[in-house]
Amino acid sequence: MSASPPLFPLEVHDLTVSYHTKPVLYGVDLQIEEGSLVGVIGPNGAGKSTLIKTIMGIVPPSGGWVKIFGQKGKKAYTRVGYVPQRESVDWDFPVSVLDVVLMGRFAHVGWLKRVSKKDRSIACECLEKVNMLSFADRQIGKLSGGQQQRVFLARALAQESDLYLMDEPFSGVDAVTENAIIELLRELKNNGKTLLVVHHDLSNAKDYFDQLILLNMRLIAHGKREDTFTKELLQKTYGGRLTVFTEIAGQAASSQTSNQFPQKHL
Amino acid sequence: MNLNFFQFVPFFRTILFLFTAGSLHAEQIAEDSSLSIQTVRFLSLTDYSVQIVLLGVILMGMGCGLMGGFVVTRKLSLFGDTLSHAVLPGVAVGFIFSQSKNSFSILMGAMIAGFLGVFLISLIKKTTKVRLDSALGLVLSGFYAVGICLLTRIQKMEFGNQSGIDRYLFGQITGLSTADVLGMGISCILILLLTFLLYKEMLVTGFDPGFARSVGIPVDLLQYILWMLLAFSVITSLQVVGVILVSALLIIPAATASIITQRMKSLLFWSAGLGILAGIVGTYLSFLGNRLPTGPLIILTSTSFFIITLFLHFRNGLLFKWIRSRGKEQKIAIENTLKAIYQELENHNFSEDTITLGNLAKRRRINMPEAHKEVKNLVKKNLAFLLLKKNQTLPNEDILSLTPEGWSEACRIVRNHRLWELYLTNEVHYAPDHVHEDAEKIEHILGDTTVRKIERILSNPRRDPHGKLIPSQQDIEQGFIEKKVIRTV
Repeated sequence: MSASPPLFPLEVHDLTVSYHTKPVLYGVDLQIEEGSLVGVIGPNGAGKSTLIKTIMGIVPPSGGWVKIFGQKGKKAYTRVGYVPQRESVDWDFPVSVLDVVLMGRFAHVGWLKRVSKKDRSIACECLEKVNMLSFADRQIGKLSGGQQQRVFLARALAQESDLYLMDEPFSGVDAVTENAIIELLRELKNNGKTLLVVHHDLSNAKDYFDQLILLNMRLIAHGKREDTFTKELLQKTYGGRLTVFTEIAGQAASSQTSNQFPQKHL
Repeated sequence: MNLNFFQFVPFFRTILFLFTAGSLHAEQIAEDSSLSIQTVRFLSLTDYSVQIVLLGVILMGMGCGLMGGFVVTRKLSLFGDTLSHAVLPGVAVGFIFSQSKNSFSILMGAMIAGFLGVFLISLIKKTTKVRLDSALGLVLSGFYAVGICLLTRIQKMEFGNQSGIDRYLFGQITGLSTADVLGMGISCILILLLTFLLYKEMLVTGFDPGFARSVGIPVDLLQYILWMLLAFSVITSLQVVGVILVSALLIIPAATASIITQRMKSLLFWSAGLGILAGIVGTYLSFLGNRLPTGPLIILTSTSFFIITLFLHFRNGLLFKWIRSRGKEQKIAIENTLKAIYQELENHNFSEDTITLGNLAKRRRINMPEAHKEVKNLVKKNLAFLLLKKNQTLPNEDILSLTPEGWSEACRIVRNHRLWELYLTNEVHYAPDHVHEDAEKIEHILGDTTVRKIERILSNPRRDPHGKLIPSQQDIEQGFIEKKVIRTV
């Protein structure tokens, strides 16, 4: 076949990550198709956030690679919008809501330049979409948890990306906001964007996403929700069957230096 | 407002300094003379020494103020302190190397020692579980101890006696040379460049480093630039205020600015401005010749700005908070008095329109002087007036009556109270014996629109949950002359 292979918005190959000597993710392979809304589920400490952070280049992998629209490295990030966990930032920092949303434009603005009027109006539009425009001048710490989450979402929208990575956008959010957010995610998906969303609530995961990624230190399953949201696979993800695997992996890791630990086939 | 204990440390140190250092090592820049002559000399800038010192403190204030803005918002207040102590061994080694006090080798030594300190801190943080504040304390005291040992050695050497090397410990502005000011100027220009060219990058890395990295901003590089410039400004300011007080130049103006504003741009502006102003005022005070050292005076001025701001500033200021809460308390007290008068009149079925002071005191459960004070407040606001009785002997038989304004106020507050009680029982389904306390607080803050809304919800009720009459809008408008209308209802 001479035709070029399909270009995935996100392709992850044999990705392995360890913190200090503790392994977190082993040999994860993923290919996400364009225009899909994918939920990442798994128990605490399964490496869901680590997966997102590694894709974003915030955490360095100890093995494997990540391609975004066929590109590796920093250049690719201009096409990715990122919503970090709410706990990851300093809410006392002297910035206003609008300042934060404008940060989403920084990748487009370039070094040494200032944000333009156009960037400002885009930021305001994004705030309007999440219904937060009236709070534009408020210091970011003086918002409720749900409002802060919506500001983060507006910032990601302002990035005008094709691929969105979101780390628990529903945490600490009330039901109304949660509905508004999922509506927004569906709208993005219908506009051909690709979304990867870390989610911890199993009860509604099946309703929210078309595809699911089941993760527990390694990839358990990835596919359509009908095929992946099964009793057997969920048990495999959340059950204690991986304890032996984890133990041995931990021992192997501490006997070597952390960076040399991509051995997943134990 | 994110102040922590460490931000106050420089202030305590300054106090200590004033009592000890004045007679020891730090020096003021002029001898005693009359106030006006000195002021003229200072303002006319005729002395070369005044010119150079002023230029120095302005550059220092601006540079350290801006740097402090970045450092304090990143919760790295203690970082500057650690850095200033860490450079001390470098200063000593540089001095031994060149054997003179104004030299390039001291600057280089300080830079190297500073970076060694920063490197050690990040090494400790990366490889061990020791937390950042402990790592900072460790490096600070370790380096400082080495520095003190070396400095003591130097003073015992033959060239050490006239070296003046201890100016790095306590600060001494008199010996400020053109080269020193040049160093301050360069460091200030670099900081200004950082502030203006990399403002948005610094903003996003400070607020959300993970996101910054994700949009391709080299977070680590920016952090190293920040640390380098921090080291520059610390080292160049070292000889003016000394190792121990340098961190105050960084922290105090920025902490003051963080009370005034909640936007990064204006925080940097205020911080730099306050740094410069403190420098000028402190230098002037020292110039007046009170035998007080310049460095500590600059920092004391800065601390005074902080305290003044803490008291005065509109939104967060203690003074305004106090005045506002006083005003509110007074309003509530007046409203409670009016309500008590209304209830007392109601108890007599509105057959009279006066009430004795004694009865009021009894109902309000206060003593006579207090009741007198409350009534005086009412009279002052033209809500009530006192009637004189013939043959009156006792003060608690003073007779009080409400003015039309007082009557309508009293009706309004009773109405608020009873409407709210009814709303709680009927709509929110509170038990009738649970509503009174809540209504006691709410009655003072219910606005007209809320009252209208509640009326509509309850379809203009006449009786509260306890069966008492809710005075209507009409009753209020007609005033107490038409009270009989109420009595017959």
